[in-house]
Amino acid sequence: MRYTGADWLLLGLSLGAVVLILGTTGVMLGQIVVEGAPHLSATFLTEAPTADMMGGGIFPAIYGTILLTLFMTVLGVPVGIATGIYLSEYAPPRSSIAAIIRAAVQNLAGVPSIVFGLFGLGFFVMFIGRGLDGMLYDESDGPVWGQPAVIWSSLTLAVLTLPVVIVTTEEALRNVPRDLRLAAIGLGATRFQTLLRIVLPNATSGILTGVILAISRGAGEVAPIIFTGAANFLPYLPTDMRDMFMHLGYHVFALSTQSPNVDQARPVLFATVTVLLVLTFSLNFVAVILRSRARAKYAS
Amino acid sequence: MSGASEARVPVEVSVEKTAAASRPPRPKLGTGFRAPLAHRIAEHVIRVLAFTAVAAIVLIFVFIAKEALPLFWESDAQDQIGGLSALVVPRVWPGHHEATYLWQPVGDIAKMNVVPLFLGTLRVTVLAMLIAVPLSILAAIYVSQYAPRRLREILKPAIELLASIPSVVLGFFALIVVATVVQDTFGLTYRLNALVAAIGLSLAVIPLVFTIAEDALRAVPKELEAAALALGARKHQVITRVVLPAALPGIAAAVILGLGRAIGETMVVLMASGNAAVMDILSPSASARTVTATIASELGEVTQGDAHWRVLFLLGAVLFLATFVLNRVGSLVVERLHRSLSASAR
Repeated sequence: MRYTGADWLLLGLSLGAVVLILGTTGVMLGQIVVEGAPHLSATFLTEAPTADMMGGGIFPAIYGTILLTLFMTVLGVPVGIATGIYLSEYAPPRSSIAAIIRAAVQNLAGVPSIVFGLFGLGFFVMFIGRGLDGMLYDESDGPVWGQPAVIWSSLTLAVLTLPVVIVTTEEALRNVPRDLRLAAIGLGATRFQTLLRIVLPNATSGILTGVILAISRGAGEVAPIIFTGAANFLPYLPTDMRDMFMHLGYHVFALSTQSPNVDQARPVLFATVTVLLVLTFSLNFVAVILRSRARAKYAS
Repeated sequence: MSGASEARVPVEVSVEKTAAASRPPRPKLGTGFRAPLAHRIAEHVIRVLAFTAVAAIVLIFVFIAKEALPLFWESDAQDQIGGLSALVVPRVWPGHHEATYLWQPVGDIAKMNVVPLFLGTLRVTVLAMLIAVPLSILAAIYVSQYAPRRLREILKPAIELLASIPSVVLGFFALIVVATVVQDTFGLTYRLNALVAAIGLSLAVIPLVFTIAEDALRAVPKELEAAALALGARKHQVITRVVLPAALPGIAAAVILGLGRAIGETMVVLMASGNAAVMDILSPSASARTVTATIASELGEVTQGDAHWRVLFLLGAVLFLATFVLNRVGSLVVERLHRSLSASAR
């Protein structure tokens, strides 16, 4: 087909938009890595920061991020997978219960992250935490559970990442051919046996995709943890789930907005952002590969 | 047993009908086969856990309302802010000559008028959408209409990759890099302002709007395009007069969901908007303080249960309701879109 002026205009504009979006992304990632990578070293990754945060490393922040996402995964993923299983395998098709759950999942996915922060503070820290204190301890001892801590941040993030796990699990289970289920049931397996031995093993990579995406999302969120457990600077590593923690994203936020001398902190900042990006991107990369593998499996 | 369980497995309508016709009569209660106890317990656990998402939504609303609503009947808290009307109505504060909208919650006299905060959110959000919507729709047009299949399969995930960048990184980029570029380009006095925040925010919104808009454009039946081409329409005419109008509901949903994301985004605006509550609506180069950034920066220093605390939770409740409505509307349209997408793929 021959293109006239207007055709070239639309093609040019739309291609220009793609180039601009990808170009900006590229410049952003490029600049961060170029400025950040030279400052990366073994000591930067394994040492604690000095008290003014300008020197030393970021090990406590890496450790805190990993601890946080670990708790989050353990607490949130099983619930998400169970919900996905219910929606795909147990909920009667076109039932109003399934419709309500799906609507709740969609809305949960759209709740602003700062609102999760308010929720985490109001529900987990103040209601559950203070409630535990009231039941277990004397008031004069001061708060034990009822204060910001890594467990409350993890629970908040577990709720925040729930929709990711649910949606990907349901999709993964639905992609398992119905014939496999019918064959298992025809051979006398119960519905739960079919689920456990046939459906879930065939959907592993799809479910894993969701788990990894949730971890990547949870590791990068900062707004929900500001009030529920993140600390600006800690002289020790958290060893108890009731301790506060340092966090890569929060470290970037605090250092770049509250530091007295941002120029001096610049190399540390760029290097920290690089570590955070490498973490989330490698997780997403794994997720993309797993997903394409899962899709290819039953593509025909 | 097999008949009963088969009907519960999600099946297509046609299969279900034939299965229902040939289904053996159900055994009487208690006489049929029952799954082992462990299986039944596990299934019950699954059923119960499935309601966590519903419970979460309800709990979020209840516990934010629980902290916010006492503002409406506690006279102590109302005295602290100078009466409920002070939240929205301008007032002549001591030391000022005219009635002004002021958000200065800390000080001898707490001035908590939320109007500047909502205007700040409005200004940053509208600016971000003005940047993000045209770019993402144009990009969606290229990827869905012009790009060869191979290229599309690279471009779409590449743009979606942008969605996986944590918003604190976008905020950092806006704060350190974009702010300098904007300041140099426009010769501004202050580095941080609504425009810088809007550029950062648009990077968070673009992948979302792009993905849904691209789905919507690709869901338009190929027959429509073929008919238009057969009638002698040019490619750009096909796109602007056939494909775009047909995809309009999906694109509208993309914009609505993008708007919900932009209103609720916290870290980017907290780091890059300058955070001064200015009443100037039209100036993109003025600082802006949004609702989200206000909550994030002030809640940490507030005494629990006083008026300021309650107002911040009230802001959170408004934010929750606003995004709830936007998402409900947006996802209803997207759901319909996906149904027609999977129908046309068949």
